Amino acid sequence: MSMDNFGLYKLMHEDAPKNNNPLLEQPTLAKTHTTDPIVTGTSVLAIKFNGGVAIAADTLASYGSMARFRDIERLKSFGKYTIVGASGEYSDFQYIEEQVKQSLIDRDYQLDDGRSTTPREIYQYLVRVLYNRRNKFDPLYNVLVIAGYENGKAFLGQTDYLGTHFEDVTLATGYGSYIAQPILRKFYSEKNGNITEQEAKDILKKCLTVLFYRDARAADKVQIAVINDQGPKIDEPIKLETQWTFKGF
Amino acid sequence: MSSNGTGYDLSVTTYSPDGRLFQIEYAQKAVENSGTVIGVACKDGVVLGVEKLIESKLMERNSNQRIFNVDYHVGIALAGWKPDTRQLVNKARKESQDYQSFYGTKIPAHVLTERVAMHVHQATMYWHLRPYGVCALISAYDEQGPQLFMVEPSGTSWGYHGCAVGKAKQAARTEIEKLKFTEMTTREAVKEVARIIHLVHDPVKDKDFELELSWVCDESKRVHQLVPKEVKEEAEQYAKEANKDDDDDDDEEDEDEELVDSGAQ
Repeated sequence: MSMDNFGLYKLMHEDAPKNNNPLLEQPTLAKTHTTDPIVTGTSVLAIKFNGGVAIAADTLASYGSMARFRDIERLKSFGKYTIVGASGEYSDFQYIEEQVKQSLIDRDYQLDDGRSTTPREIYQYLVRVLYNRRNKFDPLYNVLVIAGYENGKAFLGQTDYLGTHFEDVTLATGYGSYIAQPILRKFYSEKNGNITEQEAKDILKKCLTVLFYRDARAADKVQIAVINDQGPKIDEPIKLETQWTFKGF
Repeated sequence: MSSNGTGYDLSVTTYSPDGRLFQIEYAQKAVENSGTVIGVACKDGVVLGVEKLIESKLMERNSNQRIFNVDYHVGIALAGWKPDTRQLVNKARKESQDYQSFYGTKIPAHVLTERVAMHVHQATMYWHLRPYGVCALISAYDEQGPQLFMVEPSGTSWGYHGCAVGKAKQAARTEIEKLKFTEMTTREAVKEVARIIHLVHDPVKDKDFELELSWVCDESKRVHQLVPKEVKEEAEQYAKEANKDDDDDDDEEDEDEELVDSGAQ
């Protein structure tokens, strides 16, 4: 257990308090499921604004603490109304993406009835998939943020590899839940939820910069995506501006 | 069919003495009773058109679809025995999905066609199966460009520049052969396909019909879809005008003949 960028710490057996009673000791069994992620993405951030949702993540997939893949996309559009951002095991996210895209072919394209799967449906579906896998003791090691805009309503929800799920007006996964979420919440309440698209993008960019300074798994190459009545739009990666001339550095 | 009743038409697994499989011919007959279906491959896409005969006036519009989306790059139009068409579409969709999950790339058109054809062919080889009473036109746009295939009840499949099946296939084929679709854009072809369907439909003999049109082309981002409403309306407009002109010409010719006739008298 080398890293803990999305709250695994207490759950992992190596770091869990040891039970010293020899009678209770279990025989060592072969590992038959994912016990920890290998190639991981760090935080995903998102915030609702007037007429949409903005969601952001950096483009890094780390191999342990090594910055292994520096130009991958952790934000993907799922159908007409939804963007999903993933932290955690990148291969599991790729698998989820494949499965969902195929079921979108079945449900939206082949059916061809003019109706498209809504963000909430995708969210509930992902929750069921992740919770089901956790019950098989073979979890998909991700924390997913589902952002959508459909029928004039913004949607923002999160689910983790245990199937724990909730909605909020601002969301942040992993390290971001400690560092970015307070900033986002403060901003949101100061604005009384009255935020423009540009303001939402700006505050996400600011949070990503803060995360880059403090989260050792974060990168300064980031993508910001917006979903509104125009559908999903994932911007090309941008480079964060940083300032390293402080005395402390 | 003169050889009927000779006892060789009961099983698909038995050839007649002159080397025919009557059950397959009967299946083809089922296709010939169906509304005409045509397909043309153009330089930037493929167009499918169906003359969907309305079985009952009480049916809702757009019910009993004849053109289906298989995968983003593949569409299928079917003529023949309707329940069989559904089965075949499901098969095509499943093959496409299996290929995608196994190889991680979209299924090439010729592979899909071959697999569908194989399945159709299998139904001609066992006593306990009935051949598909269906002809399938498969349109696709993949790495190899726009392509059109047809699978017949016998399990034969070929690639085509243009083809037609169903009631008025002969007339439709003749019309297709008159035009150079391979040098046309799909935009232009949609109009011609609509025109041909309207032309070969006999309003006196046939039931009313609904026109179904689909395309996979650059304009649709290489995604198979029903032709957008405006484009379809424009095409139908064109079709009706063009055929009306033809009719007028015919009438005029008739009148001329009459004049000549009366002059002769």
